[in-house]
Amino acid sequence: MRIMSRRDFVKVTGTGLALTTIPGFMQKTLAGMAGGSQPHELYFQRFGVDPEIIRKVMSEALAHGGDYCDIFFQNTLSNSIRVEDNIVNSASTEVELGVGIRVLKGDQTGYSFTEDLSLNSMKAAARTAANIASGSKRVPPTELKAIKLTNHYQTNLSYEDVGVQNVVSMLKSVNDAIFQQDSRVVKAGLRYSDSENYILIANSLGEFATDYQPMIRLIAFCTAEHNGSRESNYFDYSARDDFKFLTPERLERMPKEVVARTIKLFEAQPSPAGELPVVLKAGGAGILLHEAIGHGMEADFNRIGTSIYSEKLNKKVAADFVTIVDNGTNPYTRGTINVDDEGVPSQETFLVENGILRTYLHDRISAKHYGLKPTGNGRRQSFKHNPMPRMRNTYMLNGPHTFEEIVSNVKFGIIADQFTNGQVNIGPGDFTFYVKSGALIENGKVTAPIKDVNIIGNGPKVLEEVTMVANDLELSEGGWTCGKNGQMVPVSQGMPSCLVSSITVGGRG
Amino acid sequence: MDIIKKNSAPDKTKLAHWAQKFALEHGAEDTSIVISRNRSINVDFRDDQIDKLKESTQNSLWIEIFAGGRYSTHSTNDLRQDALEKFISDAITMTKFLGEDPYQSLPDPSLYEGRPTMDLELYDAHYTTVTPEDRVARARELHDLIQGRDERLISISSGFSDSHYENTHLKSNGFEGNYESSSFSSGASVSLRGENDKKPEGWRYYGARHLNDLPAAQQIADEAFQRALDSMGQQKVKSGKMPMLLENSAAGGLFWRVLYPFTANAIQQKQSFLEGMHRKRIGSEHLTLVDNPLIVRGLGSRYYDGDGIAAKKLVLVEDGVLQNYYVDVYYGRKLGMQPTTSGSSNVTFETGKRSGAEMEADLDRGILVTGFIGGNANTTTGDFSLGVSGWLIEKGQRVQPVSEMNISGNFIELFDSLVETGNDPYTYSSLRSPSLLFDGVSFAGN
Repeated sequence: MRIMSRRDFVKVTGTGLALTTIPGFMQKTLAGMAGGSQPHELYFQRFGVDPEIIRKVMSEALAHGGDYCDIFFQNTLSNSIRVEDNIVNSASTEVELGVGIRVLKGDQTGYSFTEDLSLNSMKAAARTAANIASGSKRVPPTELKAIKLTNHYQTNLSYEDVGVQNVVSMLKSVNDAIFQQDSRVVKAGLRYSDSENYILIANSLGEFATDYQPMIRLIAFCTAEHNGSRESNYFDYSARDDFKFLTPERLERMPKEVVARTIKLFEAQPSPAGELPVVLKAGGAGILLHEAIGHGMEADFNRIGTSIYSEKLNKKVAADFVTIVDNGTNPYTRGTINVDDEGVPSQETFLVENGILRTYLHDRISAKHYGLKPTGNGRRQSFKHNPMPRMRNTYMLNGPHTFEEIVSNVKFGIIADQFTNGQVNIGPGDFTFYVKSGALIENGKVTAPIKDVNIIGNGPKVLEEVTMVANDLELSEGGWTCGKNGQMVPVSQGMPSCLVSSITVGGRG
Repeated sequence: MDIIKKNSAPDKTKLAHWAQKFALEHGAEDTSIVISRNRSINVDFRDDQIDKLKESTQNSLWIEIFAGGRYSTHSTNDLRQDALEKFISDAITMTKFLGEDPYQSLPDPSLYEGRPTMDLELYDAHYTTVTPEDRVARARELHDLIQGRDERLISISSGFSDSHYENTHLKSNGFEGNYESSSFSSGASVSLRGENDKKPEGWRYYGARHLNDLPAAQQIADEAFQRALDSMGQQKVKSGKMPMLLENSAAGGLFWRVLYPFTANAIQQKQSFLEGMHRKRIGSEHLTLVDNPLIVRGLGSRYYDGDGIAAKKLVLVEDGVLQNYYVDVYYGRKLGMQPTTSGSSNVTFETGKRSGAEMEADLDRGILVTGFIGGNANTTTGDFSLGVSGWLIEKGQRVQPVSEMNISGNFIELFDSLVETGNDPYTYSSLRSPSLLFDGVSFAGN
């Protein structure tokens, strides 16, 4: 939906964090071996390595006395297909293969990667990463033991076996259905993408893990014209699942949603401006948690004291009925992982429990700093990147109120139901999220629709302003992607309907 | 051609020709192939020690396949010949399952003609002289220049990185291009202890094609530290319509959002508020935007675009009147429009007589915007709503640092309210905006 500015090599700082559903367009593939979840041996085979080769590479990585090293093999096969003007006008495939080698010395990181999996090339990369340390050689582990994992995304069908014809015919029927919804629709577009990510990670603790991480995403775009004006909107699905995720029910819902969301905008007015009560509708509203607290709870910021949450652990930050988790184990959810990218099994982590701030999100570096176990939040975009503490699926648990009670409580405010993107500055705690569509609430009743308004607040202040939480928690099925230090990872989020008593709403009034 | 080739390894050109020949022999009717290599090294320094050292080399082959009126694109980082043979064969097989698209074919070769012969100096020969010790020393210097300045300092991060990019592009109807470029980046971020557990932060990162075009370390350190100080005590002020003075380095945060609406893609897909505005007024007479790919050492400079179209200047808006769109070959065909270029290179603005500081000193009451946070724009209608931070200015003085505020409006109204452009274009971005003064922007605060 947009052209990125050409600033690709200007460093993105650690303080500007972005979350968006609008794709950094995905590419994907054919090629390769049999797909799906596999026994460990097949992962070693895929990368042409065995424990002895890995030991040799580790030996180089620890040549200067690093405290710890890990080796992350990755093979990603991805496909994407685009429908525009009623035809498939583009399809792409992508193959990525490589290994990233990381050496830690205290909280310092040496990192290198290679796309060439020959022993010599891996050893050279390991020697580069080893340079972060400057002591005497350490001995790598003599054997590698598999880490036991639970599979949260059982799949039966590899994307390689789906067949491009089947995807194309599915897309055509969704495309036709969009135009059939309403004669005011003048353009429709679809972007389908799938990917299969095979990883093998081994570390100097003598552990290894393998995982098969599928992902699917389907986005529908629509533009309609009415009385001389024009509006566009989109609707999307994503899951860590195989092709079965696109059930007849979901495929039937998609054209209806995207058209209804577009048509609704014709009646929408610009939002009122200023500090107002805002009701967030269950689902994608979890973007508030992602920005207002999630990033600030990532322990890399806290261990150096630069987050607004650095001094708040075990303090009361919200009402008693507020409990917020970051969970990597929700079945088939976009942010779910069986194991993180440093070989730590995924788990459910409590950020806030009954209003009390509980646990930061840790990778191995921060866990060691705090003397804790890592929480399975060490994630990376690919073998080309070092892991950092990152969110998975972030959501609030159900509260004591109902949606109707919440709305009837608002004299004048807005209700927000479609969210597209957000951002936070973790030091001051200021964050934003963008409301694509919503409505006014006047005297406890939902009235005129509104559109296109940015909301801005301060994390800890807004948590205190969450005064009502309903019992209708929904996890978003949208294709959320979180950006941090230039690395993108898939996440999800959720929320029961809730009331934020006061927050600054953009708008022109 | 010699000018832009410099040290390009010949094997990329050879590999591209091999891949083209292989694809054409195995069922492709036309191909466009890009082979690239990027080597980059990055040093992060934090709180008196190296935080991270990272080195990487990435290769990629990207092939567009045209077969039987069908089109697909494929990329891989596995450039071994046997792997590529299977990859390309599979790609051609897959393409045949797709639908026909009569608009997908290679550009008319006449568009390739007239490629500039001047040296854009995209590659800095200093690149090979930078040692690992230099990189660490540069990152450390920034850190040390800030350390000890203030007892409220919590953390200082600084960094230096450089990279070398090589690109070979081959199209089967006669286009061939090679270039290499370098880039250098340097900067620092600073966190301070503020009130109410807030950690005000400031950062300044610069990128340039040539090492010596980066600002001096002292300047970068001063600016990063000053920006952290500036965000101490930020708060929202009362909502209302006020003049907005937009700092030159922040303007890119607004203008990249209007590049897509200038494209034939957006127009053809009915997602552009600029459709039908050719030769019509879209802003005040101070709005002049020119896409200029020929700026020596420019971050967006190029000899040709992704379609292979020879680079030339393109006037987008002149004295407030829209003159040209970005028309690529594919969407140009769909719209029946002559291609101009496939997308933006460097966007330059009309410059005025005064600096941002002079405009600020003359401002009776308004907001100086120094940064954006979040927000979005509706490209179909031109409506936007964006988070901002900066300063409340009264009688030329910075009286209150502000954050947690939004600006909202429509781009056409905003452009119409442009009353002055500065003489200070920001050259560390491909969006080379000067300071801009707008009259009557809607700010939402408390």
